[in-house]
Amino acid sequence: MTGERAASGCLVANDWICGEYLRSRSGELADATVQHVWITAASVLIGLAVALPLALLVRARPRFAGPVLGLTTLLYTIPSLAMFSLLLPVFGLSAALVVTGLVLYSLTILVRNILAGLQAVPDEVREAARGMGYGPLRLLCEVELPLALPALMAGLRIATVSTVALTTVGALVGKGGLGNLIDDGVQTTFKAQVLTASVLCVLLAAVADLLLLGAQRLLTPWARARSAEAGG
Amino acid sequence: MGGVPADVWTWLTTASNWSGPSGAWHRLAEHVYVSGVSLAVACAIALPVALWLGHIGRGGALAVNISNAGRAIPVFAVLALFMLTPLRSAGYLPTVIALVLFAIPPLLTNAYTGMREVDRSVVEAARGMGMSGGQVFARVELPLAYPLLMTGIRSAAVQVVATATIASMVGQGGLGRIITAGFNTYDTPQVVAGALLAALLALLVEAVLIAADRLFSPLRRTAVRRSAAS
Repeated sequence: MTGERAASGCLVANDWICGEYLRSRSGELADATVQHVWITAASVLIGLAVALPLALLVRARPRFAGPVLGLTTLLYTIPSLAMFSLLLPVFGLSAALVVTGLVLYSLTILVRNILAGLQAVPDEVREAARGMGYGPLRLLCEVELPLALPALMAGLRIATVSTVALTTVGALVGKGGLGNLIDDGVQTTFKAQVLTASVLCVLLAAVADLLLLGAQRLLTPWARARSAEAGG
Repeated sequence: MGGVPADVWTWLTTASNWSGPSGAWHRLAEHVYVSGVSLAVACAIALPVALWLGHIGRGGALAVNISNAGRAIPVFAVLALFMLTPLRSAGYLPTVIALVLFAIPPLLTNAYTGMREVDRSVVEAARGMGMSGGQVFARVELPLAYPLLMTGIRSAAVQVVATATIASMVGQGGLGRIITAGFNTYDTPQVVAGALLAALLALLVEAVLIAADRLFSPLRRTAVRRSAAS
């Protein structure tokens, strides 16, 4: 009885940390987290799907390097609040608006990293593969992309982590995942909600980063073998 | 839809939208002030630490980790947390603290990397010529680290100016207020006008810093002096 009163007391007292909040709003928190995850995942995946051809284009036709790199950098300087607002007349209040904005931001980091990875592939390797009769597509898929993978994954990790953080700004149009709860919590001065959603957001970024790091290790077993060799 | 650009133009050219405490001039001044103070404080904290760590050659993991962790922290969440503490009545302080935290990682990493990428053999040669630690730092390492140092300051500055708009989401000042105010009254031309002003300011800052970078580059100056002397 007293325990229960103390437990619900933290909601009434508006404490920063409140177990009762976690229990009573777990559904709301889960929904917001799911929205946050899928907006982030969709943005990064679409970003990757756009960045890869752009990086290949720049490499094949160096005269496109200036315009493509310049434009993606330019996009990065546009404030997120402004970006979402400028896209508003096109998409209306929708998740597509937030995803589009986040895709545009991720391009700067992804294009640069993929390009750097591809350019770091040694010419001898390329020559050797060509000599073995590899066509351009097979060369790209079986030699160049695997070798560019560490740089690509590094870019992907940066893009993902910053996209998780930036998704919160989508609260402006009501599609910000955990940002919605933060926004709502500020309006109603609900401390437990703001702190819990903020902490979840940071945890989400950390988990995403670790998962991508794990994926990178699995995809590039040779890098591990080499570092083990160097270590031993 | 076709009327939006015209309506935006009308909004931007209406004098009453620019005057008063919620007018564009005042918001612009708030924005520049908050961004400028934040960047200056962040530089004052991050640069000495990064340059010193770079000079003694330690703390690389620290610099990289702080930079990675910094990206994961949502500025909006930090601001929101501050607004629920007594800081909310401390004027621009919540925004400034959030932006300083946001600007430190890129400054720290770039300055540190710049110092570490200075060719070791050049540093050795300078020491061999009898330069003291301070002389090596001031005459060799710093000028050679300058390009990357400036890149860090530039990207931090542009990101601070861009991110300062988020302050409006928790009721703090700056150009973002024009956007959110327009949002709340379903005034699309005002939203787009505010977004344009914020984007233009960010681009202007980028352009000014690129120009300043070229103007003050130590290597450029010596190159010019050398070519003038010969």
